[in-house]
Amino acid sequence: MAKQAAAPIERMAGYKPHNGRRIALEIVTLILFILFMMPFVIVVFNSMRTNQDIINAPVGVPTDIAQIGRNIAEIWNNPNFNFLSALRDSVIITVISLAVISIFSSMAAWVLVRNKTRWSNLLFMSYVAAMVIPFQVVMFPLLTWFKSVGDFLGIPMLRSYQGIIFAYLGFGEAMSIFIFHGFIKGVPLELEEAADIDGCSRAGTFFRIVLPLLQPVFVTVLVLNGLWIWNDYLLPLLVLGASGNIRTIPLAVQGFNGAYVKQWHLIMTSTLLAMLPIVILYLFAQKYIVQGMVDGSIK
Amino acid sequence: MTSRQKRKLTEFLFLLPTLIAFLMVIIIPFIFGIYYSFTDWQGTGAVSQVVGFENYKAIFQEPGFLHSFLVTLLFTVLNIITVNVVAFLISLLVTSEIRGRNIYRAGFFVPNLIGGIVLGLVWQFIFSNILPSVGQSLGLPTLSKSLISNKDTVMITLVTVNTWQYAGYIMLIYVASIQGISKSVMEAAEVDGARYWTRVRKIQIPLMANAFTISLFLTLTNSFKMYDVNVALTNGGPVSIFMMKPVQASELLALNIYNTAFKYNNMAQGQAKAVIFFIVLTIFSVIQVTWNKSKEVEA
Repeated sequence: MAKQAAAPIERMAGYKPHNGRRIALEIVTLILFILFMMPFVIVVFNSMRTNQDIINAPVGVPTDIAQIGRNIAEIWNNPNFNFLSALRDSVIITVISLAVISIFSSMAAWVLVRNKTRWSNLLFMSYVAAMVIPFQVVMFPLLTWFKSVGDFLGIPMLRSYQGIIFAYLGFGEAMSIFIFHGFIKGVPLELEEAADIDGCSRAGTFFRIVLPLLQPVFVTVLVLNGLWIWNDYLLPLLVLGASGNIRTIPLAVQGFNGAYVKQWHLIMTSTLLAMLPIVILYLFAQKYIVQGMVDGSIK
Repeated sequence: MTSRQKRKLTEFLFLLPTLIAFLMVIIIPFIFGIYYSFTDWQGTGAVSQVVGFENYKAIFQEPGFLHSFLVTLLFTVLNIITVNVVAFLISLLVTSEIRGRNIYRAGFFVPNLIGGIVLGLVWQFIFSNILPSVGQSLGLPTLSKSLISNKDTVMITLVTVNTWQYAGYIMLIYVASIQGISKSVMEAAEVDGARYWTRVRKIQIPLMANAFTISLFLTLTNSFKMYDVNVALTNGGPVSIFMMKPVQASELLALNIYNTAFKYNNMAQGQAKAVIFFIVLTIFSVIQVTWNKSKEVEA
């Protein structure tokens, strides 16, 4: 009873904008946010210091900001890091994998939605079921298998762009088909029937009528797969090798880190460079990335 | 060719690329993987002998594997709790009336953009250099030494990093869910005199049941499969004693599987571990989703 009586009073007191409470919440959030961002501040600060600075005072602010230029120059052409070539390989692998996954998965999902046969249901259920298979259980046999297939076809599947892109298609398609499938179910059939009557071919119907309608779901599929592929370490490590000719950014960072006794100023600079591309992309495409992550998880 | 045949052909061709990749990347390696785990496979295509359950018997007598199993369970449980509690509290903060909440939402997500290898290195620097230095100047003995090189605290470092990385993503799911709750329900409860925490507990949390199912599933699978942060932050170390044998204190299952195959060159046992890993993860996921779904119905 006492609680019930107290409540309206509390409510009346706070009826005007809850200024005190709001400011308290704002302070808590701000402190938490600063704590969350500290690792990034540490990376930036220590990329601007020398190894001696860090040994003398691990916690400290940079005294000479230009040091970052010297640190970058020192690792830029380091054969263990080779940032530009890693950036190029990461971009090639991510962009082509995304294109292949999103186009082929949307094509398959459309056929699976529009054909209600026992076979199409079985196939769709297999894709859904396969989503629970963790990478670990297929990774060793995949290597042996890719090697045999490569020898048989005369197209190398290991240590090659085509091999890793094909692998990403295989690992990314199940979830992508599932997401496209859910969306295409809601696309009205009338549009396609009209195109059919107008003499549009089946492929033409998909590429001219259906594909443009899938735009919002493309964002989801691209974001979910894109973040995963860009940051993935284990699949490139196995398929490309730690010291192959093709190296993604995570492979380069780990290779560089393993090559030296802890030179923290250079390691911090390498992590800074590794973070920059995706953070810059996030600054421009933040709305889409957040929306894609949320939609992808809820669907 | 009739137009009906042409149509069927187009649809078949639309399904083909994903079907081929699915068979080549998932299904065939998966079947081979199950088979190899019952043989003395050495990592090449050839198998000289089928050994039945010998690999499985061996791995369940190996202290290193059993220890990995236990620390993975410990890590998964701790991580599910910390990630979801932190994410939920942040989601309450950034959906309250504070100013700048959109900036905070975008900011808390940033760690999730960056890969585990890069983050693991950054935090290795924090745990081995920054925190000991802070601990010494504050006179805190526990912090004065690196938390990573102490077998009793190393798991805390893994949970800390993964929570920091993953909470921002789970927060987005909670935020989307909170925004889906109609304002009038919350206002009605406020008018009826329900205090803030009562409103959260009695109205928000039950209405967010679906978001909890998704978030728990994501954190469960993500924690159980944790690999890249493990490699870059601790690489399994330091040494600990388990069943009177030296084991790696922070070697989670995914890393143990990889090391069995490539560090100790025992491909067949590594594969047997991977099969167990797959079975356990599937059972856990099914239990979790079933349990959460039953809660959703009650709500």
